Amino acid sequence: MSYIPLEQHLPGITGLLEYRKDSGAPIRELTQILLRGESTLTAGERELIATVVSSRNECRFCTAAHTAAANILLENTDTVEAVKQDIDTAPVSDKLKTLLHIAALVQISGKAVTAEAITAAKQAGATDREIHDTVLIAALFCLYNRYVDGLATMTPTDPAFYEGLGQRLKQHGYNRLPQGYDHLKTKDNTLKSI
Amino acid sequence: MAHIDLGNDLPGIRGPMAYRPETARPLNALAEILLRDDNNTLSRGERELIGTYVSSLNDCFFCQNVHGGLAQHYLGCDMPFIDAVKRDPVSTPISDKLKTLLSIAASVQKGGKNVRPEQIEAARQQGATDREIHDTVLIAAAFCMYNRYVDGLATWAPQDRQFYVDRAPIRAAEGYADFDLYK
Repeated sequence: MSYIPLEQHLPGITGLLEYRKDSGAPIRELTQILLRGESTLTAGERELIATVVSSRNECRFCTAAHTAAANILLENTDTVEAVKQDIDTAPVSDKLKTLLHIAALVQISGKAVTAEAITAAKQAGATDREIHDTVLIAALFCLYNRYVDGLATMTPTDPAFYEGLGQRLKQHGYNRLPQGYDHLKTKDNTLKSI
Repeated sequence: MAHIDLGNDLPGIRGPMAYRPETARPLNALAEILLRDDNNTLSRGERELIGTYVSSLNDCFFCQNVHGGLAQHYLGCDMPFIDAVKRDPVSTPISDKLKTLLSIAASVQKGGKNVRPEQIEAARQQGATDREIHDTVLIAAAFCMYNRYVDGLATWAPQDRQFYVDRAPIRAAEGYADFDLYK
């Protein structure tokens, strides 16, 4: 049971963003810019950053949601699992490994980011903008993970829920659905039909 | 020196905000809604105090002084009072309700799962509403983002704490949305 009354058909973050739409709007906008906006990092790479941070914050809802989105965008399920286990041995570019390391440090705290971690990213070809966005994506998921778990929102256990959510994140990104979410009330808590 | 070339000499969060205005806009819009919008039963001073406390727990010098200065401005108190709240809110003469909300904020700072049902119950017993509990959690979570953005890029911060106190009235008057980062 969530600590505050939220719509039963909107588990995890969605119920919170609907609970207070005026604070939800800039959070959605920031996420859309960072994860889907113009960038030299692919959407799949940016979803991996979000997943690593959510996994290390032990936020089950966000980890499952962004794992699903990354799987769809990367068109495989091995990469995200490998990245969650061990960044260094995961089948991703050396540059992305250094950025994932920076994200992992941001998850601990801002001050944990070392000059060495930044130098390694630059030597692997990361641009200032890529480093900036990595830090801000990681910081943003430190917000999301705390928001979702700090209010004890519902975490669905059915894997089909996250597959549907992953599809929604691919198709619509992080914008609020134009029609809202009332149509989900009759769908028995799955988002498959979106 | 900041970890990346921000192309400006602005202190704290204003550096990366001027570097990437596109993301600065929603970051500031969120701060405006959570901390300054008057459609809220928590006062601006109380909300700034939550931000200050979390920034202090995250050891973010810039944020705890910017928002400590604003809390001081709104609450009409002095710097030692703000510092006492940062050290131990329970020992200060803030309201019992705010003490329970700061306790929730401190748990959020550690991690979302640290918030216990007993803390929520204690806040309710002191009269906290659902919306106040929601906003406390989101303000605390938001500062876990802002603090990491500021320190994760190694931005610089003026060391004279009076600098922040002196700037607080203008930030209070202008707000967070659409302010000139270069002023």
